[in-house]
Parts: sequence; structure tokens; C-alpha cells
Amino acid sequence: MLRTFRIGGIHPPENKLSAGKKITVLAAPKQVVIPLGQHIGAPAQAVVQKGDAVKVGTLIAKAGGFVSANIHSSVSGKVNKIDNALDASGYKRPAIFIDVDGDEWEETIDRSDTLVKECSLSAKEIVAKIAQAGIVGMGGATFPTQVKLTPPPGNKADIIIINAVECEPYLTADHSLIMEKAEQILVGTTLLMKAVDVNRAVIGIENNKPDAIALLQKLAGNYKGIEIMPLKMKYPQGGEKQLIDAVANRQVKSGALPISEGAIVQNVGTVYAVYEAVQKNKPLFERVVTVTGKSVANPSNLLVRIGTPVSALIDAAGGIPEDTGKIINGGPMMGKALMSTDIPVTKGSSGILILTRKESERKPVNECIRCTKCIQVCPMGLNPTLLMNTTEFKNWELAEKNHITDCIECGSCVYTCPAYRPLLDYIRSGKGTVMNIIRTRKATK
Amino acid sequence: MILIAVILLGAIGAIGAIMLYAASKKFEVYEDPRISQVQEVLPGANCGGCGYPGCSGFATACVKADSLDGLLCPVGGMPVMSKVASVLGKEVSNLEPMVAVVRCNGTCEARPRINSYDGVKKCSIASTLYGGETGCSFGCLGFGDCEDACNFDAIHVNPATGLPEVDEDKCTSCGACVKACPKGIIELRKKGPKSRRIFVSCINKDKGAIARKACTNACIGCGKCAKECPFDAITVENNLAYIDFNKCRLCRKCVAVCPTGAIHEINFPPRKEVVADKVQPATPKAVTPTAPKTEVNAAAEATTPKITEETNQNKIQ
Amino acid sequence: MENKLIVSPSPHIHGGDSISKNMYGVLIALIPAFLVSLYFFGLGALIVTVTSVFFCVLFEYLIAKFILKKEPTITDGSAILTGVLLAFNLPSNLPVWIIMIGALAAIGIGKMSFGGLGKNIFNPALTGRIFLLISFPAQMTTWPLVDSLNPFPITYTDAHTGATVLSLMNEHALDKLPSLGDMLIGNMGGSLGEVCAAALLLGFVYMLWKKIITWHIPVSILVTVFIFTGIMHLVNPAVYASPFVHLLTGGLMLGSIFMATDYVTSPMSKSGMIVYGIGIGVLTTLIRLFGSYPEGMSFAIFIMNGVTPLINTFMQPKHFGGKQA
Repeated sequence: MLRTFRIGGIHPPENKLSAGKKITVLAAPKQVVIPLGQHIGAPAQAVVQKGDAVKVGTLIAKAGGFVSANIHSSVSGKVNKIDNALDASGYKRPAIFIDVDGDEWEETIDRSDTLVKECSLSAKEIVAKIAQAGIVGMGGATFPTQVKLTPPPGNKADIIIINAVECEPYLTADHSLIMEKAEQILVGTTLLMKAVDVNRAVIGIENNKPDAIALLQKLAGNYKGIEIMPLKMKYPQGGEKQLIDAVANRQVKSGALPISEGAIVQNVGTVYAVYEAVQKNKPLFERVVTVTGKSVANPSNLLVRIGTPVSALIDAAGGIPEDTGKIINGGPMMGKALMSTDIPVTKGSSGILILTRKESERKPVNECIRCTKCIQVCPMGLNPTLLMNTTEFKNWELAEKNHITDCIECGSCVYTCPAYRPLLDYIRSGKGTVMNIIRTRKATK
Repeated sequence: MILIAVILLGAIGAIGAIMLYAASKKFEVYEDPRISQVQEVLPGANCGGCGYPGCSGFATACVKADSLDGLLCPVGGMPVMSKVASVLGKEVSNLEPMVAVVRCNGTCEARPRINSYDGVKKCSIASTLYGGETGCSFGCLGFGDCEDACNFDAIHVNPATGLPEVDEDKCTSCGACVKACPKGIIELRKKGPKSRRIFVSCINKDKGAIARKACTNACIGCGKCAKECPFDAITVENNLAYIDFNKCRLCRKCVAVCPTGAIHEINFPPRKEVVADKVQPATPKAVTPTAPKTEVNAAAEATTPKITEETNQNKIQ
Repeated sequence: MENKLIVSPSPHIHGGDSISKNMYGVLIALIPAFLVSLYFFGLGALIVTVTSVFFCVLFEYLIAKFILKKEPTITDGSAILTGVLLAFNLPSNLPVWIIMIGALAAIGIGKMSFGGLGKNIFNPALTGRIFLLISFPAQMTTWPLVDSLNPFPITYTDAHTGATVLSLMNEHALDKLPSLGDMLIGNMGGSLGEVCAAALLLGFVYMLWKKIITWHIPVSILVTVFIFTGIMHLVNPAVYASPFVHLLTGGLMLGSIFMATDYVTSPMSKSGMIVYGIGIGVLTTLIRLFGSYPEGMSFAIFIMNGVTPLINTFMQPKHFGGKQA
């Protein structure tokens, strides 16, 4: 009996068009635009100026606070300028523009392919190296990893859960990474276990990836304390709280962090980046991105340098199709629609999805018929139609009482609603307002 | 029979009345009688524009406060505040009437769309997603959250331009639209003598060339207005000019030198010069980059003979 | 690329469900019951159903367009469904003019006066039926006799009428009841849709399979009625009929599967649905056993519809993680 999370969930069609495709390296473009705010927390602060020469892996921006991350150059060349640029947030934010010249890497980086299993560093040193390398959550949340690995005093983890679920339709970046770098991922897991002093790790992976499960199960025997757990397919299993429920049968309480249940969750891409950072001295400056879509000529998994414009990826996958409606940064359920193809790839971009005009059109909105399907599928046990009404009529007290701040914005409710109501549009807006109200209330106490 | 019924019902009614009277006296909450006196002279719209919960909240605040400084009912304005002052025997200082001003002139013509928004048509929701359907990420989204917020029917989105327009006669400067706009485009400014006012109708902080490419009515931050202003009322920060309405003396010199027509003057008589057609906010023309030179020259010629007329206008204020 | 990119908030895909899919799904689930009603009640069944549907759709269109001044949404299938459910609650010899009044009450009072689809408090078909029951008690309580050896009788208002199981039970004439087998397939008097429990159960299974409704409401109603009438039957078998008889007669099956599960008027959380079902079960049994009306289902559902907002406030869905941290 395969496990899965207990409340809600939907089964969208998988459409894993790029599954099985080997990772292709995408050459660096002529200019990269690296945003300073590509993670949760304070934006990084630039440590280079116009005219500076940089190599691949050079530190170009330092973390701007405790919850922040370093940023490294993904190319070698010269800094063109530091200016505002349109990024995936939809607004123009500060970014470093680098003109590419050659492909010279920092000497400290170990570029060889040999697997390095041993690590003599202490837990603190491992976390420091992860922080130095600017690693953030690569599943899309981009939370600075060193913060997650430093629990607040009084909290101790007893399990590390590796998120190899990739529940979003269309995306296959994590899957292809596992197929080619499975052993490195296992070593990375042991590094994480050492970093937080935990002796049990579980790699949760959905059963639509039988080849990856078989490969991992074969190799995991050599690593003490690592368990491979196939899970029943259900969206949004990749959500942190849902995954902890599925793997460890623990439900994180409303308003609390996963560490309160003793669990630390890391995406499998992050784990690979940890391996590269600690064992190969390689900071985070490139990642696997899936370019896909029913109208795309050549859906593929590309190894892309951070800062590459999305247009370069689409060209590599066969060019932008005639009838394109939306270009999405991420998956179809939680990804963000882009307004231009000049927007650069960042640490959190797991995929670029192209939808045709027909697929992108929203149907007309009807009245709520109280069918309760949104309530049945909500993975957090909320009442989406009630929350939409509280936001529409600005009843913030009722919204807070009904846990609007617990919404993980997975989109299952909108996917299911037969009346095509824009539930998540309103709930997201209401969530922001209520969080502001709570913040103001705490500040004035 | 009827007599008995009448007497009986009369007695029940009388006993009920006595009980109710006794209860009303026993459970009465003491309220300063002046509060209801003040509330009598207030408009009773309960709009919250004064910052207090409804007219009764404002009346309570007026009675409790030592002086009426800082307390203003924007709907009733000075006439109502004078009445309140006379009821309470306090002084009231003369406060300037304010009005809401929409600081964006990115009409559909001047600011073309470069993508198509298909989400819920509310400004608050669209602004959390991205900067909007045009190249200017600061400008008005046009979905009318300000119109929905207004209790006085004073602001409406004009479908021809896609921008909100304020009806200055109805606007009570309660500030609801200012709070509702997620981009901070609307500002409360002094209504001005004869309802005349001058403001920069743009809040784009991008560099001049980028701002201009997205919208032909944009402020490019060239600074000509700041140099021209004899009263130091204009500051240019982040590629954007801003006119301080407390310092502005409505001389209109800045309007004349602005190369893109981003500075607007409201309710002034038309000038007798060529530059007259530039000041109408509703129909902008596409100003080509070469045109500003000739207009600035014309404006420079225009300012010198007009000094006497402007000083006359200053006196009228 | 000439066309502008479309930008909208996530999610960007949809499961394809729609209001009309759900409404037409329920209509498909009602097909077995309709075929059975044609078999037993013949022409009368056809006329009553067609008339009811026609007037319900007509009134919804007229009221929406001319009184509410909104775009009429008759294509979503909800008016048709109301028409069919109303018809299934009526005897097959009801004259057309009474059906028209019933449709007006159902759509006009029960649905449109609250604002249209999604806004009503009471089940529209039930509103229509109760309105007719109270206004035309004689016509609404004389049912044609059923003869399974004479299928599709070409009779309408001229049909011979006789007692139904519930009226017999109300008179405590328990020895005159038909066999359980007859009751299961519908060989007994009653309204159009309520006679054949087997056909209705078939529809129930179809709706569960297509995920149109969940099991909570019908099962909780039926279990409650079974237990309550079972206890009474054990106490005094001569006066109170067996619980199986209760389950198969009257509008219990039709009401619990199709009327009580109406989306708009039933509670939103699973626990709320069970409380709702128990309430309906208790009220139905009370009215049937101790009230003067032979049938209690319509009133029971109607009353619980009114209690639904209260249930919604207090019985929220199960929250992830339990109570607040």
C-alpha cells in the first residue's frame, strides 16, 4: 500500500512530455541578467561594479541579512551594469548585467566527474559551506538552505525528507537529475544528515517514476540511514507539509514550521547543489530546467546558467510556437505567467511551460453552486469558497478565523471548480492583507 | 364586557410602560449631551473620511479633544467645522480644502498594451501578479478599485482613456481612493484658489528613455521644471519630478517648459500662445522627440511678455 | 509572434468540470427512474414530466430576463433538473394548470426570488411540491392505481386512483401492504419518481461513480430512518411497520438521493452533511409515525435546509494539523 497525504488532493493529467530526455547543456548566452532578489528574504547586495571582470563562480553579491543568500556569477566576462531589470516577479528589480566572454571558471572549483563520498568537515562547517555557495530551495520556493539547516534553539530535527516527488504536471527536471546523478544525490543526503545531526533520511518519490525508484533503491543500500519511499501519485504531494504527512504521518500545525514536527524537507535539486558545493567547491550558478508544452517542437531538460533569458531556452527547444498563449515560469499549477521572454532564469526556475492560446483561455465565471468540490480537494482542509467571499467583501476577521494564512496556493480548488470561479486570485490577495494585519498587530503589541 | 377589556388592556399597557421607564432609567448609560449636539450638525454620511468610526466617533473625539486642531470633517468642510466650534465653544483654524488627484496620464493611446491580462479585473489582484499590461510598471491598471472604494460617486474610470477621473465637486477628500489604489497613484492635494492646481501627472521612476518608450506622456526626469520654478517647489528624485503643493504658487512656468506635457494645470484659463493645446489632459498627442525643442523655444518666448498677467493672477489668489 | 502574451495568476490549467456536466449527470442518473415511471404510469408520467420541465425552463428564462435583468442561464441544466425533480414528486394524474403553478412556485419563489442559482436557501423542487401540497391537498394526494401487468397505460387525469403504502400505514392498516419485492421494483401507488427504489439506487451508484455527490447525506438519512423505525417496530410491530417497508416507500429514496443532496441547500463539510442527514431522518420518522401527514420527507428536508447555514457555521471541514499551533 503506497502512502500519500491524508486530506484533499487532485489528479491532473501528467503530460510528462520531456520524461526520459537526457540533460542537455545549454551554452551561455551573450549577456546574462542576474537578479539580486531571487530568493526569499532580503535581496543580496552587489559586491562588484561596472567594468569588473568575473569568472564562473565568482561571488558577485553578498547575502543581505540572516535570511538571504549569496549570488555567484554563472559566466565569465565583464560586469556591464547594475540596473533594474524585469524579472519573474513581474516588476523591474535590481540585477547585475554581465557581458559574456569565454568560459573561465574559478580555480577552486573541482570540475572532474569523480564521485567524492567522504567528507571530513564538521556539521557547522558543512552549513557554512552551503551558505557560502548561495544555495536556496530549488523546488521553486527559494528559501535559503543554511537557514533551514539552522533550526531555532529548542527545535531538533529527527528526519530529513528529500522531495523527489515533482508532482507538477509537465516538469521532469528533478526526474532527469536523479537518473543521471543518483549517487551524488545520495552523498548529498548524507552531508545533510551530518549537518543537522540526524540519522534517518527518506527520499519521497512518486510512483510515476519507476526507473528512478529502481535506480535509487539499488544504490541506497550502500548508504546507511537512507530509505527510498515510493508514494502514490497525487497533487500537491510536493508541498512541504503534505510530504511530511505522507512520509512521516505527521501534520504540521497551523502557523508552525516543519521543524516543529522534527522534519526538514529539501528538494532533490537542492541536495545535488549541496553535494557540488561541499565536495566540489562549486557554488550555485546553474540548474536543470525543463522546457515543455504540447506545441513545443522538442521538449527537453536543459542545464542552464542562471541569468540566461528565457528566449534562449525556448530557442533551444525548437523555437517559440506560432500559437503561443502563455509562457509560464514553473509548472501549470503554481507557476507564474511571464510577460516577456527577456526575463532571466533564476535559482527557482524549474521549468518553462508554453501553453497554446486555446489552453490559456479562462472560461466565464459563474455563481458558486456550493458543490463543495473545492473543500474536498483542498490539501490544507480549508473552505476556499468561503475564503473567496470573505476577501471579496473584505471581512478580514472571518478570513483570519478560517485560516486563510494556511493556504499554500496550490490551485487545486480552482482546478476543480465547475463554476470557474477565480478562487485563488482572491485568496492570495486576502492572504496578503490578513498577513499584514497580523504583522501590524504583533508590532503594536 | 368591552369596558372590562379596555380597562384590563389599559392596565397592562400602563404597567408595561412603567416597567420600561424604570429599566431605561436604571440601565441608562451616561453620555455627554454635547456629543449628540455635535452629531446633529454633522453630515451623517459615516464615511470615515475624518479618520474616526462614523459621525458619532468623530463627535466624541471633538467633544473630548482640547482643541479642534487636526480634526476635520472632509465632507462638511469648513462650514460644518465652524458649526461644531460654535456648539462646543472652541476655536477652529481654517483648513485648506483638498481634492483627490490622479497622477497618471497613461491613456490607451499614449501607453500601448504589450500583453493581455486575463485574471480577475481588480487592481489589488493584478498588482500582486505583475506591473500591468503596458511597458510602464508604475502606471494605472484601469480596473477601477478606486471607483469601487468611493462612497460619493466622485471618481469614475473613463473607458475611452482607461484612466480614473475625479469629479472635483463631489470629491470630499476622504482618502478612500488613495488607500484603495495599490500603486499609490492617487494623492490628496490642495484644491487651490478657484479650484486651480498644478501637478505632475506621472509616477514612473524608470530612467527617462525607458519611461518614454512605454508611455509618451511620461515624466522623463529631465529637471527643466525644477530649474524653472521660482519658488523651489519642484524636486526631481528617481527620474521623477514632484511638485510640493504647499510651495506651489500656480505660476505655470513649469507647465510651459515640460517637454512631454507631463505637468498638468487644472481650471486655468487657456493661454493665448501655441502651447495652449498641450495642457489639456484628456487628449494627449504623440509628442515626437524633436518637437520639444520648438515647444520649449515657443514657451521661453511666451513667458517673458506674460509676467504682468501672471503677477496679476498671483494677486488674485 | 504577433499576438500578445496572456498573463494571469496561477493555476493555468483546469480539470474540465462544469456546472452543466454536473446537472446533466444528475439527469442521466434519473433516467432509470423515468423509464420505470413510464412503465407504470404511462402517458400521465410523460405529460407531467414534459410539462414541468417546460414551465420551469420558461419561468426561469422570463424571470431572469425581465424581472432580474440578468443574462438567463437556462443552458446550465439546473432549471431542467428542477423541472424533472418536481415532476417526480407529483402524481401522474395532476392537471397541467396545477403543474404550471408548481413550476412558478419552484422557480419563482424557490430559486429566483433569492437571486438565482447558488443563492437559494430551500430546495426549489421541494418548494414547488410543498406549495402544491398545501394549496391543492386533494389533487396532490390522490394517486393512480398501478398495475404492472398493464404497462404504459394511456391514461392521464382519468386514471383510477387508490391508496398508497404510506396512507395505509397512516391508517395502521399494515396487513394490506404490498410485498417487499413489489415495493422494490415500484409496483405500488405513489408519485412518479418515488415508487421504484431499485431505479433510484442505480442512479445513486452512477452519481457516486461520476463523483457528482458523496455518500454522506443519503447513507446518513437511510441509516437514521432504519434505526429509528426499527426500534419502533420492535416496540410495537402491530402499529409500526418494519423498517424495510419504511425505506422502500414514499419519497424517502428519491428525497435522500436526489433532493437532500442538492448542492446549494446542503451543508459544505462532511461532518455537517452527516448531522444534516441525521436531522432529516429523525424528522421524517417523527412525522411519518406520530404526525398526521402520511409523508414527512418533504417537510423534513425543507426544515433542515433552513438549518444548513447554522450547520455550515459550526461544522467546518477538518483542518490540516488540527487546532491552531
